[in-house]
Amino acid sequence: MFKPIRHAAVALALVLAGPLAAQDATPQDGGTLNVVIQPEPPSLMLGIVQNGPTQMVAGDIYESLMWYDFDLEPHPLLAESWEISEDGKTYTFHLREGVTFHDGTPFTSADVKFSMDVFLRKMHSRMGQYMQHVESMETPDDHTVVFHLKQPFGPFLGIFEAGTAPMIPKHLYEGTDFANNPANNTPIGTGPFKFDEWVKGSYIHFVKNEDYYLDGLPHVDEIYYHVIPDAASRAVAYETGKVDVLPGGSIENFDVPRVRDMENTCITDKGWEYFAPLSWMWVNLDHKPLDDVKVRKAMMHALDRQFARDALWNGLGKIATGPVASTTKFHAADTPDISYDPEKAKQLLAESSYDGETIQILGLPYGETWQRWAEAVKQNFEEIGINSEIVPSDVAGWNQKVSDRDFDVAFTYLYQYGDPALGVSRTYMGDNADPGSPWNNVANYQNPETDKLFDEAAVMADHEERRAAYKEIQDMIVADVPNLWLLELGFPTIYRCNVKNPVNTAFGVNDGFRKVWIEKK
Amino acid sequence: MKDFWKRFRYNRGAVIGLVILALVILTAILAPVVFPQSPWKMVQRPFLPPFTQDGLPLGTDALGRDVLSGLAHGAYVSLLVGLVSTIVALAIGVPVGAMAGYFAGRTDDALMRFTEFFQTIPSFALAIVLLAIFQPSLTFVIIAIAIVSWPPVARLVRGEVLSLRTREFVEAATLSGLGNTQIILRHILPNALPPIIVLASLMVAQAILLESSLSFLGLGDPNIMSWGYMIGAARTVIRTAWWLSFLPGMAILLTVLALNLIGEGLNDALNPRLTRKSE
Repeated sequence: MFKPIRHAAVALALVLAGPLAAQDATPQDGGTLNVVIQPEPPSLMLGIVQNGPTQMVAGDIYESLMWYDFDLEPHPLLAESWEISEDGKTYTFHLREGVTFHDGTPFTSADVKFSMDVFLRKMHSRMGQYMQHVESMETPDDHTVVFHLKQPFGPFLGIFEAGTAPMIPKHLYEGTDFANNPANNTPIGTGPFKFDEWVKGSYIHFVKNEDYYLDGLPHVDEIYYHVIPDAASRAVAYETGKVDVLPGGSIENFDVPRVRDMENTCITDKGWEYFAPLSWMWVNLDHKPLDDVKVRKAMMHALDRQFARDALWNGLGKIATGPVASTTKFHAADTPDISYDPEKAKQLLAESSYDGETIQILGLPYGETWQRWAEAVKQNFEEIGINSEIVPSDVAGWNQKVSDRDFDVAFTYLYQYGDPALGVSRTYMGDNADPGSPWNNVANYQNPETDKLFDEAAVMADHEERRAAYKEIQDMIVADVPNLWLLELGFPTIYRCNVKNPVNTAFGVNDGFRKVWIEKK
Repeated sequence: MKDFWKRFRYNRGAVIGLVILALVILTAILAPVVFPQSPWKMVQRPFLPPFTQDGLPLGTDALGRDVLSGLAHGAYVSLLVGLVSTIVALAIGVPVGAMAGYFAGRTDDALMRFTEFFQTIPSFALAIVLLAIFQPSLTFVIIAIAIVSWPPVARLVRGEVLSLRTREFVEAATLSGLGNTQIILRHILPNALPPIIVLASLMVAQAILLESSLSFLGLGDPNIMSWGYMIGAARTVIRTAWWLSFLPGMAILLTVLALNLIGEGLNDALNPRLTRKSE
């Protein structure tokens, strides 16, 4: 199948794409890529705005030091190599040489220091929190950056991706008012595509970066991101051939089977390994009888999640086994069993303090799929003898009710951000349970033992030690069932089969289309 | 009474309407007996087409729920909402209209301006606003429908009372020393009843439509299986499972049609002179 590797570009493409690219023939250059973007991003300045659509579009412009494969292992991008000191407190990165920004200015270690230490520390709230672990940064020469950490920080190597740590051109931003810098409207990065035009409400147009530092990349000449506000119209835009790539979540679940079955159409649920959206139902542990672990266990065993996956999510996604998604590194395999078992559920319920109370189910107001899901859960509960009713709400009402802890059980889903210290501990830490936010420890789970372990695991330098700590945490939390875990959601990317490599990293379509090529027929 | 039935029977459409309505009522009453299980229960694999499985003649919906059971239980909900909200609307509209018509003058002005206030807001929009403010439960759905549908009753009753209050028998009653309440209740309202009955039958139909529309939009009680909900839940799969929207749609169509036909029959039967004129 393979010709001998002659081109550096091919070699690089193979290294970058890993096992996935091995299937394809020689990439062809040229062509236009048409992609749906939903909703229209408020800005493309990834250092200031990090919502979903911005990350997706601006991932073509901005880059960070590494890229991550489906197992979340880091690979060289702007950094060629790196070393970690024995004590886990010093990280040294060696930058690639000959990299320039889109305006021709060379990319150096000064840009890294400025981006991380000045710009993102101030403008990027999630990154700002991570940077609290960094004591100081040094730039011994133009292509070396050294981070000195206050203490070991396990997830550190996992934060160098464009949405978290985009490299910002120092020469355009230093000493300016970052938020109001006119350069925000013409974003400039080191990425494979350059910003060309943005017609608000219609499309965003990128052109190929001819001077891209990876030889032979990118393959396509231009990208159009089409803004199509209505979900049904987005499905139609694909059906009529206006767009070729539908990123995860851009059409309704119930349209997926129809579009998926079209000719020349491929579907993949890869590319979400880092975010790993995990859905669950909060259980209000302050409400009786939900404070009784037997009631919660009964509820957990009552849930037929296989059915929900097949009937509502088109068979995509995975049944969750606990608080840590299986696509992330610290997922523990053999945690206590929480599978569908109505008989066991009835038995547990009989032993519990449940006395006919009506459990209020707060559904997630994100459309039909979630509404049907709440109805299915209500039936699951009723089958084992738990009375329940669905509380209707809109998005504002849902936010309010969850923030005020005004529910018995409530649907939600949250991102894992690749590491339990970033995406899981926030949901279970006892000191993160103050009412007022719908995203913290909403269930009010208080367990000093897991709190302590979470704190320790975050700053452990040794990978295996961390793994052991998180295993212990998962065993304890799953045994307590403070939340009812549902599915690791699958948001499939749908694309024409002759568009090659649209998804090849743990960030999926967010990660820039540098390796995409279009097969001509 | 015999005359009434004769005149009603003369309108063939009305008889058909009555038969359909009787069937719907029977279905509603028998639903809990024939389908003792909750209509929400997931009994089979989803999207089973009609007439493919014994015991599930109309197939299953997106979650594998029995469509026939849903239709039967939905009949009960539709009739309940239609009847109760109409009764509530009458309970508001009749006294308002009667007082406005009988006392006339400033009372009339005040009450009619109040009524017009409600009439100027499109009723469906008002119902949506009311349900957005309240929790959408069955009680509030009924209240919301009643609130938006009483003004026509008030106006109709006012008109009737206005024309009746100057009749001799009312003057006679006044002269004989009867109080206002007695006169309104005993002498005027019974004579204003025929058009109210006709209007009420049409209001039941209107209320069923309103409830269905609200449920369709997801503003109904999420714990209650109604026809509008069934259509709303099925509209997203209309290209792959059209019968899921079609069947409850037919149920609504037939019920509302039946009520309208009955309303017409009642009109014929209660206003014999009008009927003859139109012949």
